[in-house]
Amino acid sequence: MNFAGTWSLVRLALRRDRILLPVWLIAFALILQSAVATFTKLYDTAQERAELAASVASNPTFEALYGPLYGDSTGAFLSWRYGTTIGVFAALMSLLIAVRHTRAEEETGRLELVRAGVVGRLAPLTSSLITVYLANLVLFALTAAITAGGGLDGAGSIAFAFQITVNGVVFGTLAGLTAQITESARFASGLAGLALGGCYLLRAVGDTGGPAWLSWLSPIGWALRLRPFEENAWWVLGLFAALTAVLLTGAYSLQRRRDFGAGLVAPRPGPATARPSLRTPLALAWRLQRGLLLGWVIGFVLLGAVFGGAANGVEDIFDSNPQLMEVLERLDQGSIIDIYMTMIMGITALIVSVYSIQATLRLRAEETGLLAEPVLATGVGRVKWAAGHLAFAVIGPAVLLLTAGAAMGLVYGAAVGDVGGQLTSSLRSSAVQLPAVWVLTGLAVALFGLAPRLAALAWAALVVFVLLGQLGPILQLDQWAMDLSPFTHVPAPSASTFDAAPLLWLLALAAALTTAGLTGLRRRDIASAG
Amino acid sequence: METAISMTDVHKHFGRTHALDGLDLSVRTGEVHGFLGPNGAGKSTTIRVLLGLLRADSGKATLLGGDPWRDATSLHRRLAYVSGDVTLWPALSGGEIIDLLGRLRGGLNVKRRQELIERFELDPRKKARTYSKGNRQKVGLIAALASDVELLLLDEPTSGLDPLMEAVFQECVNEERRAGRTVLLSSHILAEVESLCDRVSIIRKGRVVETGTLAELRHLTRTSITAELTAEPGDLAALPGVHDLRTEGAHVTFEVDTSRIDGALKALTAVGVRSLTSRPPTLEELFLRHYEDELKPGPAEDGASTS
Repeated sequence: MNFAGTWSLVRLALRRDRILLPVWLIAFALILQSAVATFTKLYDTAQERAELAASVASNPTFEALYGPLYGDSTGAFLSWRYGTTIGVFAALMSLLIAVRHTRAEEETGRLELVRAGVVGRLAPLTSSLITVYLANLVLFALTAAITAGGGLDGAGSIAFAFQITVNGVVFGTLAGLTAQITESARFASGLAGLALGGCYLLRAVGDTGGPAWLSWLSPIGWALRLRPFEENAWWVLGLFAALTAVLLTGAYSLQRRRDFGAGLVAPRPGPATARPSLRTPLALAWRLQRGLLLGWVIGFVLLGAVFGGAANGVEDIFDSNPQLMEVLERLDQGSIIDIYMTMIMGITALIVSVYSIQATLRLRAEETGLLAEPVLATGVGRVKWAAGHLAFAVIGPAVLLLTAGAAMGLVYGAAVGDVGGQLTSSLRSSAVQLPAVWVLTGLAVALFGLAPRLAALAWAALVVFVLLGQLGPILQLDQWAMDLSPFTHVPAPSASTFDAAPLLWLLALAAALTTAGLTGLRRRDIASAG
Repeated sequence: METAISMTDVHKHFGRTHALDGLDLSVRTGEVHGFLGPNGAGKSTTIRVLLGLLRADSGKATLLGGDPWRDATSLHRRLAYVSGDVTLWPALSGGEIIDLLGRLRGGLNVKRRQELIERFELDPRKKARTYSKGNRQKVGLIAALASDVELLLLDEPTSGLDPLMEAVFQECVNEERRAGRTVLLSSHILAEVESLCDRVSIIRKGRVVETGTLAELRHLTRTSITAELTAEPGDLAALPGVHDLRTEGAHVTFEVDTSRIDGALKALTAVGVRSLTSRPPTLEELFLRHYEDELKPGPAEDGASTS
């Protein structure tokens, strides 16, 4: 009877996610479809593939970001370039869905009403995990169909589909477990997300000169070791099965033990009076946002350190290859280390944009959660209220980018005995990305102020920018399309022709968007209940 | 200043829903004004317009002599608001939230805060996520009542409070009245309204349909008449203000608008009366009449258009 009502809840979850899930899955399918088309069309001779493999092997940036390349077949390229990336995003999708239907429902109190019906104790957890597994099953089928349909080896396509979806299963299940720990849904998805980021970094260290066993500590590392299209190492799936079983056992035993609405630890009492400093909207925003920022800072220290460590091998390869040196000089973007740092920071900036949108949309969450109302009913004006949270959306990305830059510069600088020089150069690479990130902040503010119901479209904009950056060059898109993304306009900081004008334009755009959003906020209705 | 709140012909649409449809409301300085109406009648929308959270489509609203939209921030320093469903930041303690909201308003009476926490028996150290509905309301009430403000906007503030706490709340409102503060109290609890409010406005479908003291409102409703006549009456239904007439031979029961009672009684005595009982409307009937979905046309509505 513990499972009574599970299928009704699955249907409810699918009904609630009827837009969210298809958007994720269609985005994945589109990326895969164009990737398959690109790799089969552009690299169809063995020689072209061998050249590509050589250029990949020569740049440890790639290994750090995507993992090792295990061959020079079309399938091997596909798996190397997209297996980890889409796998990580599928894991992100899965953990968000798992928390959305378990702890988030419990925290808002909606699940109480549901559980009072003929619904078993374990039905909500079970149904949300089934929903996650169904989503991954569909992704599995899509992936296998797209790759096999593109003319790639059938068994390899299956292995590739596993590579992409196994971590969805693992991290979805993990989120089912973290949802049991505290009463907060934010904590549940934050902890699962931190685990995902940690596993990604473990693999990055293991794959770029660190101890190789580190990659074996990470399920993201395991997925790479499936070696789709090359070896199809099916036995690796056993690791996933075992890990999922352990996580499931943990999640269910915690769920059985705890009370409805409770976590593992009873919340401690807080202070009876507020500190004297808790008297402004900014101080309130600090209380609400500091945990999120701290989690991100920790993640970015690690990320910077890992990629700083990986930078060590870059120069060796180029020193031994005069032809590549020549290519570099023609590129005029500084030394190979400069290019490496610029590339890493380009990716870092995209990740930081996730934070900036998250921090901005907290405003919308506060508004729809009716938590803006009590503040706005006091002597606090709307702009002042918004500014408290926007301080995080504006200063936070700067803190994160500079943290990552500093960690990278320090680690690499210490390794090559030039801390001062490398720190300057890595901080410069991270600082040039800031205006582009702020454009995303501005866009989110503009949507929040002018079209609050569509505020979540800021995420869609970020996805489009990421796709433009990732797929644009491969698909050889026109420049105007590439120009849509603010990240296209970030100049290489070490080029001799460095031009700061685009940065000023991006800053002006971010400021204009923010101003428009705040103006809209001053004019519109504040959301009320229902 | 004579009037603390004045709204004239205020309209507010949400898409196709006409939430406020020419609302007129007047609250005098220093009075406790009851604000009644069925769910969805527009009470909360009215209060949110007064708070400047919503912008009225048309009409004029004045609050403490200012414009609730334009002067929102400065007006908010002079008022306190409690919603019917107080929402709190789950990770903050009740005490922290009381202090924060008070300070954001520009100050809090620390002595009164302590006194109210004791009277409402709130544990201020608990995290907001662990409070029950009633305790969340207490946090909102204490934060509002501990501020030195001129006006309290209370939107069903006692929902979820137990009867003991309801009594504490009524004491507090009476103290506010004695201190000369103005209170707009939206409520469904008739006993609360009857014991606290100087005047009452009833809102229905976005319009105030009646306003006045309870005695005045009673006058606007119907009285039940049961009479035993000496002969079969003529066509009593044709009399102005008579409703729900039932005649069994010489026995009649009907309801009559209180303002038209004189004419009805004259008609009965013209036939000849053997016995007669009349029952004035209870407060419940007074409100239920306005809460019912289909309002029959009658003098109550005439009263509304002239009030």
